[in-house]
Formats: sequence, C-alpha cells, structure tokens
Amino acid sequence: MYAYDQYDQAMVDARVEEFRDQARRRLEGKLTEDQFKPLRLMNGLYLQLHAYMLRVAIPYGTLNSLQMRALADIAEKYDRGYGHFTTRQNIQYNWIKLEDAADILADLAKVEMHAIQTSGNCIRNISSDHFAGATADEVVDPRPYAELLRQWSSFHPEFSYLPRKFKIAVIASEKDRAAMRLHDIGINIVQNDTGELGAAFYVGGGMGRTPMIAPCINAFVPLDHFVTYAEACLRVYNRYGRRDNKYKARIKILVHELGAEEYTRQVEEEFAQLLDQGIEPPLAELERIRTFFEDPPFDGDADAEIDRSDPDFAVWVDRNTVPHKQPGYVSAVISLKPVGGIPGDATAEQMRLMADLAKDYSFDECRVMHTQNIVLPHVRKADLHALWTALEDAGLGSPNLDTVEDIIACPGLDYCSLANARSIPVAQKISERFAANGKTGTLGELKLKISGCINACGHHHAGHIGILGVDRKGVENYQLLLGGSEAEDVSLAKITGPGFDENGIVDAVETVTSVYERERQDGERFVDTYRRIGMNPFKEALYG
Amino acid sequence: MADTLRYRDDEPVDHPAVTVDAFLDQSNASAVRIEPGDDARALVPHLERLALVEVNFPAFGDGRGYSSARILREAGFEGELRAVGDVLVDQLAYMRRCGFDAFEPDEQFDMDDVKAAFERWPEVYQSAADSRTPIWTKRHA
Ligand code: SF4
Repeated sequence: MYAYDQYDQAMVDARVEEFRDQARRRLEGKLTEDQFKPLRLMNGLYLQLHAYMLRVAIPYGTLNSLQMRALADIAEKYDRGYGHFTTRQNIQYNWIKLEDAADILADLAKVEMHAIQTSGNCIRNISSDHFAGATADEVVDPRPYAELLRQWSSFHPEFSYLPRKFKIAVIASEKDRAAMRLHDIGINIVQNDTGELGAAFYVGGGMGRTPMIAPCINAFVPLDHFVTYAEACLRVYNRYGRRDNKYKARIKILVHELGAEEYTRQVEEEFAQLLDQGIEPPLAELERIRTFFEDPPFDGDADAEIDRSDPDFAVWVDRNTVPHKQPGYVSAVISLKPVGGIPGDATAEQMRLMADLAKDYSFDECRVMHTQNIVLPHVRKADLHALWTALEDAGLGSPNLDTVEDIIACPGLDYCSLANARSIPVAQKISERFAANGKTGTLGELKLKISGCINACGHHHAGHIGILGVDRKGVENYQLLLGGSEAEDVSLAKITGPGFDENGIVDAVETVTSVYERERQDGERFVDTYRRIGMNPFKEALYG
Repeated sequence: MADTLRYRDDEPVDHPAVTVDAFLDQSNASAVRIEPGDDARALVPHLERLALVEVNFPAFGDGRGYSSARILREAGFEGELRAVGDVLVDQLAYMRRCGFDAFEPDEQFDMDDVKAAFERWPEVYQSAADSRTPIWTKRHA
C-alpha cells in the first residue's frame, strides 16, 4: 500500500497546525461561525443533530493494521467506543467535541492519515474498487491513479471553493464495484487496441434529489494527459456550475443543462489551453506510486481446496468470499451487517480484531467497501477457517454479503440534522425479518439501500430495492423504489407508489421479494426479474 | 475598507478600475474589475494595456475568481492581480498560488495571521500560477 514520504508527511502535519490555528482563532472570536464553517468542513468536521461528526479520509479505502488500530483508539479516546464506516470508504465518528478535533487530527497524522477534504465544497477523498489488486477482472490496479488524483486534489488552490462538493471514483474493470457512474467524475482505466492504457472519463453522475448517470465524455484520455484533463473538467465546473441554488449546484446539473456534448466541447477547449501550462505530473511519479501497489509475496503453493466439513463455515465461505487472481487465495468480506445491527458500525474492539486479522491473514491490509463492510483482500484458503472462527467469536461472521441483510443505510434521523426519517431502525427491522423467515440465502443477490431523506446518502436510487424516508405531515413515511443498480448494469430505481409507515415498509419489502420468488426464472436475481416483468406485478401485490 | 496588501514593487495604478463591459467598450482605462460572472478570457486580447485587474469576491465562498486569476496568469498577464471584497486570511495562500499578488479585503487582516498563512505550506502538490515546484516534480528531479 501507499506509504508517505517526507513530503506527504510534511503536508499533513502542516494541515494539522493550520487547523489548530483556525480553531484557536474561532474560539478567540476572530473567525465567525460562517467563516469557520468551510474551514472545519474541509477538515471533516460536520455539525450534526447532537454533536460534531468527524469524517476521516481513507484514500481508496485501504488501511493497514496500524491505521485500523489508530481508528479504534480514536473511537475510545474521543468518541463512544465505536465508529461508522461510510459508503465512500471513509469512517465517521458521531460524538466529537470541537476542542478535541485538532488533537484527533494530530493522532491521525502519526499513522499517515487525515480528514482533509472529507467535507465541504471541494474535491473529496478519492474512492476506488475495493477488490483492486486482488481481482482477476481488472485491466490494471486502479489505486495508483486514485493516489495520483489524491495528490493533485489535495489543497488544490483553484478548486477549494467549488459550487458544491465533488466526488471522484476510479476503477479499472468492466465490473463496477465503486458506483463509478454515480460520481461527479467516474474514471475507468482502460486499454486500447494497441495495448496502451488510458482513462475513460464519465462526468456528471450523482444521486441526491436529482439522480443522474454520468455520460462518457472522453473514452480515452492518454495517461500523460490524465491530470490536465481532470483539471479542465473541474475548471469548467468551477466557472460555470450553478451557484444560485445549492440544490442545482452539482456538476450533474451543469452537464445536464449544457448537454454532455457542449460540456465536453468546453472541457476540450479548456484542456487545449491547459496543455502547454506544464501541470501534468512526470510519468515517473505514476511509476513510483505503482511500486507501492505491487503484489504482496503470495504463497505459490497455497492449497486450492477448502475443508468444508463445518456447515456454518461452508455457508460463510460461499457467501462472503470472492475469487482472487492468485490460486489458493480469496478476498474475504467481514460483514458489518449483523442481524439487527447498525449497518457499517464497528466497535473499537472489533476494529482491533480486524487489524489483527488483516495482519495475520492478509498481508497487513484491509479495505473499507462502499457497501460499508470490510474486506481482507488477500487471504489464503487454508487460513479461512481460522479467520472465520475469530470473526464468529467477535460477532463479525454474518454470512450475508450482497444479500437482503447487507443493507446500506445512511445515519438518518438518529444523527443527521437534514433527515426526514430514521434509516437505522428500518434496516434493523428488515434484517431481523429476513433472518427470522429464513429467506436471506434463497433470495440471493439483493441490494437494499435506505436514505433518511432525498439527499440520498444511503444510495436508495441505486438499490435493487430502495427505501426513501420522507416527512408526511410530520410523520415519518417511507417510499419504496425498485430496479436501481450502481454496478456496471447501472440504472435508477423507480418509486412503486404511495409510501408506508415504519412497519408497513418492512412488510412491503417482504411482499416484493415474494413476487420475485413467484416469478423468477433460472438464475435471475431480483433486479433481473424486475427488469423482465416490470413494475406492475409488484404494484399489484403491494397495493392490490 | 482596509489597506491593500501588495506583493510587488511597481507603483500602484492611481485611477479606479472600470467594469469589464466598460473596458471592452473601448475605454483607455488600464485597470479593470472582474465580477464572478465575467469571462476573464475576454480580457486576454488586451492584456498589454492592463496594469491592474481587480477580481471581486462578493462572498468568500464563491470560488470563480480563483479560476479568473489563473486564466489571466496563464495567458501571460504580468500586471497586478488584486483580490478585493470578502477575502479572508485563510484564503490567502491559495489565492497567491492562483496568481494574486495584491489583496484588498473588506476587513483588515491581522498581520501575524497573514504571515502565518504565507508560511504555512512547506510544499505544494500541484502546479498553479505561482512558480512553486510541485512535490511530484521534486521527487523526480
Ligand atoms: S440521506 Fe438525508 S438523512 Fe441520510 S445522511 Fe444524507 S442528508 Fe442525512
């Protein structure tokens, strides 16, 4: 994984001191709250319903055991003993005091971590494929490109007061595990006919109240123009993105209003201007970064067989492990979705255990998935039973990856000041319902996503089943959506009809899964059946 | 209004800046003021005539002026580039990187804070309109 050199460290240290100074000036009254707000946001400090939330960046989701342990320590020292892993591969702490914030940032800097640009109207932490470097289906490892963009976007002098937040995801596979086309910029590293690598740029995707799938604006940007092209995309946005209405300020609206073609034309024009400004990093930098992402020393004789005599273990293996490019290895997913639990939460002890397991079984590396689980990317099959046993003992062995229990849920009304409705209790009730009726396994892949308001942090538009919390005359109400996907078969979910109350929505989810069970053909996932038969059979079952 | 901070040695322009429209309408002014919605590139054919470009920041959160500044510097403008309006001390370092070399904030800065702001960053990650060498170039020098 990437390791800081003296330059990276000096920059992060300088940022801690800058923030310490800003917090001091705020306390001395030299900065008004309005002036301080964007500064604290750019350091991940967000004011929620009950306290400050601190969002820590985990670039492209990758952590070593030392870092995971530091996250556990922060949870204990400054919060209530737990943290919440997010859909953008970060971690959030929900009970932070402003006075502690600079010290937390200093603790993070000691393990090459930070909270830089995890909030605010700037370029946010870059996300990537959680199976990068482990999966056989990638063209190359996308993380070096994400790291290059991390450097480029950190403290970017021109793009720190954008119209709105800006999220970038980088993948390098036909399989999209990072919701690439639902980002402000999605980048897919591809290979052309002559074997040369380049970047396909998708611009103007997003969720929120106006979900959009990003169009491809350039199918092949050569790598020696990579950063310059990104700069051109951002400059057009910074100059012409709407600033009159915060709900229309994301780049998706600009691209939509101009049309993808006109936006592309403007980007190309800007790119032509920028090309001779010498802003592209030397290609040697990409080479240098790549050396950090070389394969770990795999065991070439690793056993390809798994002893499946323990039936519970076999279920977990089938559900939570994913094929690996290296024979004898798998990627093993640690589910943070225990039945009845809070999706994405982990206690300090659990984090420490995951750190130990990453060290013992996965070359000292783990990754945060955008589905709010943790993956150990490189595990020998022979070690799986020991790994599973340790997870089971810690309540981390739920065999439910990509099932109806593997719910993405935003913090909702339990924490978030913008929420219309609670998300967490709904997620808890749904996972309890399906664990009790025993259908989780038989329903197969079913991506269920819940947002507590139209801002869509829980990605409800992209759920095979989506749930959106709304406020109906002061009462929490839930709309049901069907047919979304954030993967390579990207699509936006559609609302079924009138909403439901909290218990009603749990029943409604069960009802639509029954329609699927009745209608499904061989090998169809829920979303495939929905796409084949359409909305009507589901509506009939729901509303009669 | 507070004093102007200037980081250049030439004499300041002694007449007020005109709007972009007035300037393009053939004025012989040598100072012009850009508003956030103005296209800085419209000035590019006339840079020779300009000694001062003021970039107005009516609200500090509106970052269009950063792009305006860089565009002018990229086009070779060597006159004074002054950020005016709701300019805050925590923005100075980035503004400097985008090519501003003068600041006329609505509210006076504390000069210790200004000094700290300019000394803050030991290095820079990316190229901009200043002459600082980015980290990725230093690594491979
Ligand atoms: S979707 Fe709404 S309720 Fe949920 S976290 Fe986002 S803003 Fe808050």
